[in-house]
Parts: sequence; structure tokens; C-alpha cells
Amino acid sequence: MRIKCPLCGERDRREFYYVGDAVLIERPDAEAGDQVWDDYLHNRDNPAGITRDLWQHEGGCGAWIVVSRNTVTHETLGVELAEARARKIGRGAS
Amino acid sequence: MRVADKGLVDRSKPVRFSFDGHSFEGLAGDTLASALLAHDVRFVARSFKYHRPRGIMGAGSEEASALVTVGSGGAQEPNIRATVQEIYDGLEARSQNCWPSLNYDVLSFNDLFAPFLGAGFYYKTFMWPKAFWERVYEPIIRRSAGIGALSGTHNADQYEKAFAFCDVLVIGAGPAGLMAALTAGRAGADVILCDEDSVLGGRLNGETLEVGEMAGADWAAGAVAELGAMKNVRLLPRTAVTGAYDQGTYGALERVSHHAAAREGRPLECFWRIVAKRAILAAGAIERPIAFTNNDRPGIMMAGAVRTYLNRYGVAPGQRITVFANNDDAHRTARDLVAAGVHVAAVIDSREAAPQGDGYEVISNAQVCGTEGRKGVEAVSYCRANGTVDKIQSDCLAMSGGWNPTVHLTCHMNGRPNWHGGIHSFVPVPGAIPGLEAVGACNGAFSTHRALVEGAEAALRALGEVGLQGQKPLVPQAEDARYRIAPLWTVEGKGRAWLDFQNDVTVKDVRGAAQENFRSVEHMKRYTTQGMAPDQGKSSNVAALAVLADATGRGIEETGTTTFRPPFVPVAIAALGAGAQGKGFAPERHTTSHAESLRRGAPMIEAGLWYRPSYFPALGERTWRQSCDREVNMVRNAVGVCDVSTLGKIDIQGSDAAAFLDFVYANTLSTLKPGKVRYGIMLREDGHVLDDGTTARLGEDHFVMTTTTAAAGQVMRHLEYVHQCLCPDLDVAMISVTEQWAQFAVAGPKARDLLNGVVQESIDAESYPFMGCGAVTVAGVEGRLFRISFSGEHAYEIAVPARYGESLFKLLVGKAEALGGGAYGMEALNVLRIEKGFITHAEIHGRVTAEDIGMGRMVSAKKDCIGKTMSERPGLSGPERAQLVGLQPVGVVKQMTAGAHVFPLGAAPVRANAQGYITSACFSPTLGSTLALAFLENGRARHGEEIVMVDHLRGVTTRCKVCDPVFFDPQGGRVRG
Amino acid sequence: MRFSGLRVLKEGLGGNKGWQAQWRDAQPKPGYDMIIIGGGGHGLSTAYYLARNHGITNIAVLEKGYLGGGNVGRNTTIVRANYFLPGNSEFYSHSLKLWEGLEEDLNYNVMHSQRGLINLFHSDGQRDAFVRRGNAMVNQGDDAVLLDRDGVRKHLPYLDFEQTRFPIYGGLYHPRGGTARHDAVAWGYARGASERGVDLIQNCEVTGIDIANGVVRGVQTTKGPIKAGKVGIVVAGRSGQVAAMAARRIPVESHVLQAFVTEGLKPVIDHVVSFGMGHFYISQSDKGGLVFGGDLDFYASYASRGNLPMVEHVMEAGMTLMPMIGKAKVLRSWGGIMDMTPDGSPIIDKMDGVEGLYIDCGWNYGGFKAVPASGWCMAHLMATNTPHEVAERFRLDRFRTGINLMDEEGTGAQHNLH
Repeated sequence: MRIKCPLCGERDRREFYYVGDAVLIERPDAEAGDQVWDDYLHNRDNPAGITRDLWQHEGGCGAWIVVSRNTVTHETLGVELAEARARKIGRGAS
Repeated sequence: MRVADKGLVDRSKPVRFSFDGHSFEGLAGDTLASALLAHDVRFVARSFKYHRPRGIMGAGSEEASALVTVGSGGAQEPNIRATVQEIYDGLEARSQNCWPSLNYDVLSFNDLFAPFLGAGFYYKTFMWPKAFWERVYEPIIRRSAGIGALSGTHNADQYEKAFAFCDVLVIGAGPAGLMAALTAGRAGADVILCDEDSVLGGRLNGETLEVGEMAGADWAAGAVAELGAMKNVRLLPRTAVTGAYDQGTYGALERVSHHAAAREGRPLECFWRIVAKRAILAAGAIERPIAFTNNDRPGIMMAGAVRTYLNRYGVAPGQRITVFANNDDAHRTARDLVAAGVHVAAVIDSREAAPQGDGYEVISNAQVCGTEGRKGVEAVSYCRANGTVDKIQSDCLAMSGGWNPTVHLTCHMNGRPNWHGGIHSFVPVPGAIPGLEAVGACNGAFSTHRALVEGAEAALRALGEVGLQGQKPLVPQAEDARYRIAPLWTVEGKGRAWLDFQNDVTVKDVRGAAQENFRSVEHMKRYTTQGMAPDQGKSSNVAALAVLADATGRGIEETGTTTFRPPFVPVAIAALGAGAQGKGFAPERHTTSHAESLRRGAPMIEAGLWYRPSYFPALGERTWRQSCDREVNMVRNAVGVCDVSTLGKIDIQGSDAAAFLDFVYANTLSTLKPGKVRYGIMLREDGHVLDDGTTARLGEDHFVMTTTTAAAGQVMRHLEYVHQCLCPDLDVAMISVTEQWAQFAVAGPKARDLLNGVVQESIDAESYPFMGCGAVTVAGVEGRLFRISFSGEHAYEIAVPARYGESLFKLLVGKAEALGGGAYGMEALNVLRIEKGFITHAEIHGRVTAEDIGMGRMVSAKKDCIGKTMSERPGLSGPERAQLVGLQPVGVVKQMTAGAHVFPLGAAPVRANAQGYITSACFSPTLGSTLALAFLENGRARHGEEIVMVDHLRGVTTRCKVCDPVFFDPQGGRVRG
Repeated sequence: MRFSGLRVLKEGLGGNKGWQAQWRDAQPKPGYDMIIIGGGGHGLSTAYYLARNHGITNIAVLEKGYLGGGNVGRNTTIVRANYFLPGNSEFYSHSLKLWEGLEEDLNYNVMHSQRGLINLFHSDGQRDAFVRRGNAMVNQGDDAVLLDRDGVRKHLPYLDFEQTRFPIYGGLYHPRGGTARHDAVAWGYARGASERGVDLIQNCEVTGIDIANGVVRGVQTTKGPIKAGKVGIVVAGRSGQVAAMAARRIPVESHVLQAFVTEGLKPVIDHVVSFGMGHFYISQSDKGGLVFGGDLDFYASYASRGNLPMVEHVMEAGMTLMPMIGKAKVLRSWGGIMDMTPDGSPIIDKMDGVEGLYIDCGWNYGGFKAVPASGWCMAHLMATNTPHEVAERFRLDRFRTGINLMDEEGTGAQHNLH
């Protein structure tokens, strides 16, 4: 399996660390309530198909990236820097 | 029997080898199988279950029958296919799965009990009496099962792994593969051409076909020579592509020196990871047998293999050969044999419209229905349409039920092949592996002409896709015969007819499975073990599912196939795991004091990837405890030096660095003044403790964080995650500097005296109060000094750039020794920290909260931080949770052990009564007592209470008293002094 | 038909013509008292125990493929009861006891082989953690023995005691641990359930769950709608999709776990052995193949197949630990879909807010050994509407409340780290 790091280009899967669904970028407010936090940290759509998940190019540039991927075919459809994604959803400064 | 003037073997180079202790002479270019057949050795193996005599069936890696063991001791390798193993001078091969010998095998009596040993019989018996399973039945079953044997000693051969990258990977070097590689290579593409065989050319080497008006083998040799001269082409003979993985990654196994008497420094095998932009699969096809009564005797072979032995090795596998076929292709065998002067007894063709014989007799509309000959076929019976049965004396039967395209790799990503009614076989589904195209016989194109054309065309497409311009090549002339076949899977008869020769699965077994409702192809496979032997069902699976389809009244298409999974050929664990044997499994990290510690006799222990000194034995000390006790006393009374460089060090800078640290730490760091150090705990987002450590503020916007040794990588990743994913706009940057700085703890009442003799600056209570830090100069080298302590003593950690680490360590230890101290290791460090109740990952093991370890108040109420919200979940606090306490023995037994569980006095030591467990325990020379840190339900409220610890495993039960985890100097006077 | 050695002889003499179907192939009736979605190990055992323990036989098991085609047909066959946290301890202990009587109960030889499991450790810290585990096992009434290096050597003389990067300090020996013939477990339960009247319906995919006014009414399938009083979701890696049919999101992420088998070899490994410094566990099947595996590939996947990095890591671990297996050749690799939870422990619970809907999932990659107790407890829950006492901590809401989390690995709420 190979993943295209937006900064380094295509690299072998063994350079990357996987953490889970990219929903992890969307950290709720402290006061959002236990259901929202439960959803954020535990509950997952877990699709059999296209998903967006969060990886780090740990053995390379260190960038955290959001990978759009098909969980059935392992096809990768797109990659973007997690920080760009975080800014896009208005979470630049936490 | 060797045939004159045939074959690619070198008749001028005799090679001596042995089989089952008998010495033979073969020729360079022979496989073990061809060399044995040249000596008329037909009986070479025993089958798995019934221990039936077996011979050589095929001529390739799909061999289902002729498995042997090669070598001995650490080089002993079982289950080697005699059809793949090339001979060399001194090769020693043995038969397997037989005792005492191949000829007289005790377990061959199994064959007599066959009616009771049908598919799945073991699921229905061996249940009584119950205790007999492990003691009697299973040991017998295990001993009778298995085929070859491992030596039981460590592997003695060298294996390797390699990476490779290319534009076009061509898999298979028959006519299609060669044409593809030529087309791609000539266009300048980076090409890798793999073929399992030692000689490239595929079936061209086993046939008498012509290509471009020359012998096919000669054309292939010419193509290989042209490719070999191209710098952009890498030829990998003896290399089987084993699997197709994601994004154009392929695994391939190269048998580097299995064929050589002398390795000359080469590994035995190399496992390749090949990343290809495009791949062309030209894997050919595998001939399939026909199931008829006693179709498994030595001497019964595949028709194509008989041609290969004749044309490539110059060997006739028999003197009176009968051919049994349902297709035109097998008639080539008869023609080639006749042309070479070998007697063809008859061609028995199941079709009414069989071709005319060309110098041999054709018996059409007839089927072979039985064979005779216990250890080798002697006669073949056949049955005509009118029911008459005749017998032909014959020592070799060449059979062909048609050809199955080698679709395996195209199915490695869950693709299912399509049934092709024209050739009665499965063919690949285009696009089943992204970037891979199948051509030639593996694509169902069985003529040489079609193979050449498809190879060239696929290469042109691949070139276009990688951005290269190819030239349409001139495709040489070659045969373009139509493949004519009428399906025939089984011949009805009374006896057993084999499908899976290796696993002894017969037509009856498959029908029996269907009768018991194992009708799904997966059920049938699992119930009968069809296709699960070393040959992976390469030649047998399609026929087996045809039998199943018939038994269940479905078509083959509807019945479907089982899943094809990597590897395509069996791969040695030593090849896939190359490099790890011995010390190669993980890298070794050494601190700058490593060599000096070794010189001082310190036993080194693993700490993650690092090595750290356990203790530094002094003259006369015989046990680790003596050294440890001395080192602890040394630190408590004089001064000790310990390398703490393995702790993670993260340099954090930026105008928002303080705000960032407030977010990742549970406590507040932003109020820390430059020149000061603060202890912090970090939570995971789920509210449990991730790690602890100190952070020093070197400047307004500059911090250095330390982590535990174990969590250094995890914390670094976590910080980057928090920054990049949760607050990328914060002006902060961080980098690990663990390896850049060598850092040593200098601990004990004389620590300041020692440092004042080492650093240029004057160290006193004012310049370096407890938790102070700053820049210092050591012999002209700029370093850092932190007044922090993990021992509870007046202590410092001094850091210098790593290249000065070894010198500084020697300097510090020398000075310490002059002051009555010295170096100390992990054992003493552990005792010192337990005496003070300091935690390590033995305590913060991932299931504890800040409150559990008595640090609940450190979680700042004034700010948000990672983990805060979830730490407030109801289940994460409260008296029913186990809290950190100290334990001291109060009874006769003084021993306390880590891993013991604790119970109320008088309670039975069972799960329902367990209230906690001991995490760390030691003997404290300072207090003259055993000490333990433990988690105990509602423990903080129970100081003074007596409980009992029970270690069932070590047989220790100790009455102990609960106390505060800080056993020594609870007021902390020493650390500030 | 009762299976026995005598029966094998009798049928053999009669040309093996008398064997009957081991289970009935049923077509769906319009409605059932209960429907189990999923014909894997857990689903089949749930149906079996509903019939056997609770006398409920108007049940259908709906399987989208073939019976036993999921993880029960694709695992490393290890059976053990060596957990250390409350909740897991009593559950797996119960499961092991059921295993010990399973052949007699099912009249099917599932080849449960208590050959002993040895977990190796390679540092003082690991030893202490294993001692804690072993003591918890003994507290629970199960068996555990602490082996030092020489003790390990007596059992496993073939390990590389001299060379490895991580020396062997000792091992935790669990004599009652072992293996079983995985497929036979599914078939034995299928046969037992079918004999008791349960309808086993293959090639029947559930496409919807009918709920009206907060009460489950039945399911939609590729073979048409089927009414049911209660529905149990027992679909392992597919739990997320089926839960979504009831508009529920659950704490499960599906991951691929690979495993491997070699060619058949004469007996060489007599125990189940696991390495402590890298994921690697191995045993030898009765057929002779070395069966072994390692860790997840670590990315979410439904592909039932993995990639080379983990393949190589597993083989490397094997070579550093026991280089005598180097010449064994890997014949087949496969991948299963693991239903990973945030604490690595399972869920057997009612589906909150839908009366009559139940879920059994989150087996991470330890589901095989749980098959008997999982079915036993799920059947109890579905029949009585109350959790069985050995599974009462397996609640869906424990992640929200933090109460009774069972994080054996201590790695926290990241699904793939358990």
C-alpha cells in the first residue's frame, strides 16, 4: 500500500502512522455534552466504502494528513494536509 | 530414459546427486525430476493421507506430487518440488512422509481403511473417552499428518529482502511476456521481467513450436539476449511473483542459489518488494488432470509435462506411453514422442471428433477408466462408448483435461475470475488489479501467435499510461491453432478417482461433502481440504468444483471459485522475515555512555529500543542486589551519576508555545518563569494519563519538554497531532532532540560539590534553586543544567551536545568516585524512585487517571486541556476506583511482589474479593524494608489499614499495611536542601 | 444422526451412502419469534443456545454468504482464558468451561486441544504485568503458571535463547489454553441448532430493519421481508452497517487482521506460543500446518486482505524468536474484518431506544475463543431481556460513562490499538 504525502509525494505505507477517522480533527467544545463527546471519540460511521481517515507521515516529514480512501478496495482518492482541513472547518486556533 | 539429440541440457556437463541415498548422474540443466526420470525413477513420494505411492506429475511449480526434502541440519528444507529443484554436484534429496522407507511405508496400510477415512471423518469420532483426545487420538493424528519435516534446529541459511521500482513489471517470460518486455524495453521504460523458471522462454522451451521461422527456444534465447543487453531492463529468472498488493506493489521470491553447489556469498533466496507503475501478467496456463479410477499412480503425468521432459530435458518418461485427452493440444505430446522415436501406445481421446493420428493410433470416444501397477503404472484400461473395456500395457500415461489460465494474481484483490465457455476455464476479469493487464495463455489466449500479439499490445498500452512512446513491434510468425476441447472432468467408475493428489481428495469425497450439505464451494473446500495442500490446488481446484457443480445440480459458473490468496507459490518464512534472525529484528539504540558502561562491567538491559545499564558491579559484589543497595546508599549519602539521555527531549518554540503547552498538559505551564522547570502530566483525550515529565522554560518562547523513555515517540506524535489537527494557527514548532543531547543525572548530597568542580559557573542555592535551570559551560562546551530530581535527593541533570556525552560521563563518574560516589544503574534508580513514590509506566499503564495517582488537583480547573472533558466521566473518578498507595509488610513474611493482587484481611483470594494489585516492589536499603506501590480501591482513605497481598504464581502471601506512597522524606527537605 | 466411531465404521462398510445433511437448508418463513442476523460462530451459537437453554426454536439465522464464512472460518484458532480485568475474566473463564464440554454437547469433534499456551516476556516490567495477569487468572479459578527462562526452555527448547534482540526472560503458561478446529465449531453449532428446529438461511442478506414506534418488527432481506419479535445483530466487522439500518452509530471501527498458514509439516510446535516484543503467535494444526498471525494492518478496511509490511513484520518476529521455522513455507495468507472497539473489549447489549433489538459485537481480534460464551450470553439476553451475569459489563454505554471500561492493552480510545 502506498500513500501520497502532499509534501513528500508517494511513499510506502510503512512510513505512515494511522490513527482513525478524520472526525478526530473536529474536536467538540468542552461543554458540548457527553453524547457529542462519545460520538467524537468512540462512535464511528465505519463505512464500507469511501472514508476519510487521519494519518501521520511519521517516518517522513511529520505532516498529519487526511486521506480519502475506499475501505473495500484500498483505493486512495485524495490527500490533504490536516492543518488545511482544520482551518477549512474554522479550527485554526482550537 | 534419456533421448538422443533432444533438449536444452548440457550433455557435456555431468552432475552427481543423490536421492534417498542412491547416487545418480544427471546433466547440467536438469531438474531433480528430469534427472530421476532420465534414470527411470518414477516412484518418488507418498501421499498425505493414504500414503499412496506417487510419482512426478508435472514439470513446474504447480507440482502436486513429487515433493522431497533437500539438505540436512539447519539447511534442511522439506516440501521442495522435484520439478523446480535444479540439480547440482552434491545435491542430497530424500523422500518424505514415509517410514521406514519410501518402498516399505508402515502407514500405507491407511489405504486399506480408506472407506472409514473419507472427508471429515474426524469430526464424527474420537470424542470418547473425552480425555483421550489430547493424550491418544490427537498425537496419533498429528504424527500421521504433515508431509515433510523441519529439522528442529535454527535456520542456517542466509536470506535477503530487497525493494525495486519500475515502470513496467512483466510477470512471466513465455512468448507473451518476452514480447511485452521487448516492446517496453525498446521504448526505454524501466522494465523488470520475472519468471519462476531458471531459463526464460516459458513453454517455448518445452515445445517444438517455431517462432519467426526458428525453434521457439532459440527465438526466446534471442529475445532474452536482447533484453539482457538493455540497461533499463532487469531480468529476474527463478523469481516467482507471489502476490499483488495495493497501489502497484508486488511481492516476488527469487531463488538465488538453490541451484548452486557453492553459494559464494549469495543468499539462498531474496524476497522482493516491487513497486510497478504498470504490470503485465503473462503467467501462462496450468494443465489439469482428469479424475478416473486410480489416476494417481507413479507414471501418470500431465501431457504437457511429458512434452517438456522430452523437448527441454531430452527425457522420455516411459517406453510405451499412452495419452489420454479431451483436447487437441495433448496430441502434440504424441506427435513429439513419435518424432523423437518414443513408442506411443495410443491416444485415447474422449471426443467423438478426435483428430487423426500422425504416426500413432487414436482411440476416439473412449475414456481411461482404470490403471494397474502398485508402485508405478503398468497398464491402462479404457472404456469405449459401447461399454467395452480394453487394456493397454503402458508405463506412462500422459493425460490432459485441458488448460487453466493462471489467473491467481488477478484475484489477489478479491476479484473472481469469469467462466469462459469456449475454453471451459476461468479467465481473468480485466481491471481486477488496478494497473495490471493479463495477456497470453493466462488470459485464455492459447496460441503462440495470440500470446505474442497480446504481449506487444499490452506493453504499448502500459507505455502510454506511464507517459512513454512505444513502437509497434513486428510480431514474428507463430502457430495460431484453435484450441479445441470437450470438457471431461471425471470418468465414472467404482474405485477412487483423485482430484487433489496432494491431500488425497477424491471425487467421492467431494460428492460426500455435497451429500452432507457442504454445497457451497467454500464449505466443500474446508470439509474435504481440497486445494489446501502445498500445490494450493493449482491443478485440481477447477475439476473439484466441476464435480461439486455436478453433484449439486448447478453450473460451474454458479458454483464459483474459492478465494485465491497470496502467495502464488509457497514462500519460506525465512525469506519473508529475512534479516530478523539473531539481533536484526529491531534496531539497537545506544547512549553515549554505552561503551564506558560496558567497560565498567554493567549488564545492559533493553529499554524499548535502548540499552541501559542495570547496575555497575564493584569489586567483590556477587549479586545484583549488593550492587543495587550500594548504589542507592551512594546516592542517599554521597553522589551518583546516571545516564538519563533515553528520556524523550522535545524542543518547543514559538510565541504561542506556552499556550500550546497549557493545552497539552493537564496543569498550567504558561505561568512558569524562564529559568524554571515544572513537572507536568499529560492526558489522552479519553481522560487517562498519557505520560509525565518535566518541562523547562529556557526563554520566553522556548521550552524543552522531557518525556518518559517509553512514551517519547508517542508524545512527539501526539504534540504534532494536537498542533496540526486541532490548533494549526498557534505559532509553535517542535522537534525531537532526544539524540542531540546527552543528559546525566547527578544526584545526592554532594551533587552540588561535584558540579562546581565541572561547570565553569558557580552553582549555589541562589543560581540554581530547586526546579531552576540555565545555561552552563563545561570545559568550554555550552550545556544546560536543570535542578530536578527523580531520587528525592538534591540533584541535577546536566546536558551537553551528544558528541561530548562520553567525555562528560567519564568526567562526572570520576569526580563522583572521588567524592565517595559513582555511577548508578536502572536497579538503583528504580529503588530510589519507589522510596519516593515517584511513578513510571508501571503505574501509569494506560488505565489510570490523574486522580488515581493522587494528582487530580493538577488538572487545572481554569482552562481546557486535552483529556479534561472525558476525565470528568462518572466512571473515571470516585472511591470505587483503585488509588495509588504504598504498602509495607507487617507480618513474618516480608516479601512483596509486583503483580500480586491485594485483598482485605481474611478474604479468600478470589476475583470477587480483589481490591487492587501491586505495580512496583523493591527492597529499600534506606529504610531496611520491602516497599511496594499498589493500586487499592479507595486507597487514600485507607492509610493505616492492614490488607494482604497474594501472589499465587510465586506462592507469596504477605500481610501489609497501607501507607502514603512517599516512603522516604515525605516533607521533601532533601531535594530542596 | 448421532456421530460416533461406530457410526463411521457402519457407514464406511455401507459405502458411505447413509450420511445425511449436517443441517437443513431452510427458506424463510413469513415470521419468527427471533431472528439472528449473521451466520458466523457467534450467530450460530446464539441460535443454538436459544434453543438449547431457553427452548426457543422458532428462530431464523440469516446469513448473507455461507455459514461460518466470516471470522470463525478465518482465524488462528486459539482458545484461552487469560484476561485480567473484571468483566473479561469471568466471561472468558465461562467460555473456556463451555469449550471443555463442547464436543460432548454438540456431538461434533471440534478438536478442542488443550495443548497449553505460553506467553513469553522479555523484560522485568513485562514479567510483572504477566504476573498480575496470571494472578487474576488464578483468582478467577483458571490456571496460570509462571515459567522462568529454564522453565520455558523445557517446554520450548527450539526457541532462540542465545541470539534474540529481546532475550526471553520467561513465560506465562496457561495449560488449559489451546486450539480448536475453527470451521468445525461453526458446523457443529449449525448442526445442533438445525436439529433443534432453527432455520439456517444462507445467501440471505439483510437490507433493512423494520422498526415501528420504537419496537422492532422484522427485517428486510434479499429473500423478502421477514417478521420477528426480536432481532439480534451478530455480524462482527459488519456491525456498523447493520446498526445503521436501525439508525445507530456504534463504537466500532473495522480493521484487517492477517494470518498465515504453512505447508503441512510433521509435529514440531506442541503449544500455542506468543512473542512479547512484537505481535506474533503460533501453533501447529493437527494437519501439520503452522498457523500464525500478528497485529492488525492498522488501517480501517473491509477488504479481507492485507499488505506486505505486516506480513513481513510477523515473519521477522517469527525468525527472531524461533528461527527453526525459517524453512517452513507460507502457503496461504488471509485477512479477516475485525470489529475493533475503543477499549478492546466486546459488547453484548440491548440496542438503546429500540425494543427487541440486540447487538453482539466488538470482538476485536479475540472473537473465536468467545464463540460459546458469546452465544450463551446473547441467547440469555435475548430470551430474558437481562444481561447474563458473566457479560453484564459488556455494555454499549460504558464509553459514554467511563464505567467499567476494560482496556486490557491500556492504549486508550483508539480503535486499532487493541
